Amino acid sequence: MSSKELEQALRNTLNRGTKLFIPYIMAGDGEGGVSNLENRIRFLAEAGASAVELGIPFSDPVADGPTIQEAGLRSLANGTKLQSVFDALQQFKEKSPIPIIFMTYINPIFKYGIDAFFEECATSGVSGIIIPDLPMEEEQLVHPACKRNSIALVRLAAMTSTKERISELAKRSEGFLYAVSVTGTTGARAEHASNIGDYLQELKEISTVPVLAGFGVSDADQAKHLGSFCDGVIVGSTIVRLFNEEKEDEIKQLIQNSVICETSV
Amino acid sequence: MTTYTNPDKTGRYGTFGGRFVPELLMPALIELEKAYEDAVADPAFKEELNKYLAEYVGRETPLFHAKNLSEQLGGPDIYLKREDLNHTGAHKINNALGQALLTLRMGKKKVVAETGAGQHGVATATACALLGLECVIFMGDEDIRRQKLNVFRMELLGAKVHGVSSGSATLKDAVNEAMRYWVSNVEDTHYILGTAAGPHPFPYIVRELQAVIGTEAKKQIIEQTGKLPDAVVACLGGGSNAIGMFYPFIDDSSVKIYGVEAGGHGIETNEHAATLVAGETGILHGTLTRLLQDDDGQIREAVSISAGLDYPGIGPEHSHLQEIGRVQYDSITDEEALEAFQLLSQTEGIIPALESSHAVAFTLKLAKKMKKGETIVVCLSGRGDKDVEQVKARLEGK
Repeated sequence: MSSKELEQALRNTLNRGTKLFIPYIMAGDGEGGVSNLENRIRFLAEAGASAVELGIPFSDPVADGPTIQEAGLRSLANGTKLQSVFDALQQFKEKSPIPIIFMTYINPIFKYGIDAFFEECATSGVSGIIIPDLPMEEEQLVHPACKRNSIALVRLAAMTSTKERISELAKRSEGFLYAVSVTGTTGARAEHASNIGDYLQELKEISTVPVLAGFGVSDADQAKHLGSFCDGVIVGSTIVRLFNEEKEDEIKQLIQNSVICETSV
Repeated sequence: MTTYTNPDKTGRYGTFGGRFVPELLMPALIELEKAYEDAVADPAFKEELNKYLAEYVGRETPLFHAKNLSEQLGGPDIYLKREDLNHTGAHKINNALGQALLTLRMGKKKVVAETGAGQHGVATATACALLGLECVIFMGDEDIRRQKLNVFRMELLGAKVHGVSSGSATLKDAVNEAMRYWVSNVEDTHYILGTAAGPHPFPYIVRELQAVIGTEAKKQIIEQTGKLPDAVVACLGGGSNAIGMFYPFIDDSSVKIYGVEAGGHGIETNEHAATLVAGETGILHGTLTRLLQDDDGQIREAVSISAGLDYPGIGPEHSHLQEIGRVQYDSITDEEALEAFQLLSQTEGIIPALESSHAVAFTLKLAKKMKKGETIVVCLSGRGDKDVEQVKARLEGK
């Protein structure tokens, strides 16, 4: 699925009056390592996810809190390699039922070889990439290769970003705009800043692509609340935790309770 | 002759450097860059810093002619730049104090820092106590075990010390946690990064604050010998004392410059911290540099007897200086460093930090290839009080 097709797929969901819900899973975490990847992606698609954010483990994930950090370490202990993730994705009998967006740090990409990495993304059905430690000042390192392979480079906006930066990020983002909704790392939060609604609405107004809120979104109430200001949410740590605790039913409930029909609001 | 002018506006030293950090931190890095530019342009900042350096830190530090050691080796004259005589016992205070003053200029009241051997943590806690800043320090559990005395010193100085149990529980992991803490508290907190690594402008600011070492050493050696040295030597983990010593000599082409990494159990064992000698190009802790990594881009754990050197990355400027061939980098094993630790203690009555012992050990080898009448200036980056317990246990075979 190309960068444009990713955006279109998300828009199609929105056009049906449904907010977006993108769960994050760590590739190679859990029983069977990467061999469970296809099952998990199919499960999430059936549960109502709009796309899946697939984490590639990295030894030093400075933007992540303990839950995802530990999932990464479990995955590495399972022997997960970048190549094994690509191989697992390529073994899908037909293409993935929902768009797959990679999330990883810049070093594994750099080490794999930037051109080779994005070529492999394209042949593995990956349609977008989120790189939390690649600000726009450094994105030229990967952006030409993303473009050549039609992989959406999803930009992240932060609550600390200045107005000028936010507007530049909104202009540049591909696929969707990732609105980091906390000042901090990934992980569950009891509450969000009081001005979160203004921040998300501002992004929504200036962005030409869908805006999703992520980081610190841990339950359906928060998902609905944040989703009311933008196009939907990304939920990471809670999904990772529930998979680890083998509580798939709760994942299903979380997705279904979070994805609200706009017409019913 | 071209003059060395790195970094450029994007924080690049040749192909190395840059700013690979979450968007959340970008405004803080831009603010820091601006604050430093303003500070440098403000004579009052320089005056205040220099006053503290002279009256509180005890600068300038002596350049000591190590006659006994020189005579024993029978070759060049060896001079020690005594950063170990600084207040708090290492070069780290030069940077910590400068950045603590910057913290105040930015209107921030809190500081976070990481520490390996504890010297940077102690220096930061000291500067914070002096200037009335709140201080949080992250330190790997393994380093806490190795450096109990420094943990106590930090706490005594009013800092909160958090142990880090992830990864190798050493400096790399402490940097990760300090960065996470900074990401979460960036609005009122400055991260006093302890070495010349990390995202721009840290490598630049740390170099500028540590260049006092080389500037003084250059003036002092000329005063004492009437000429530039033939060689300068410093140890490096992240590389702050080394870049501070090297920078003022970069344009002096007659001066050979040597950086000494921790060879741990030996380069061939893969258990070492010799990033430049045996590493590869990659991106860690916000900067594109040489580092220790596996085939999949996962960062490898560094190994060294010296808690301050076992870092799998290196300041980007060192990667550049290696690439352009201006500085030669080599490594020294744990055993060689331990021998030098004892030798310097016995010949000159100076107990060096294990970090600095690497530089001394390399100097012993270098001296054999040099002639009488030539001179070597070695940066003695810190004193060894913090290491005596660990060395005692090692020598007694525990």
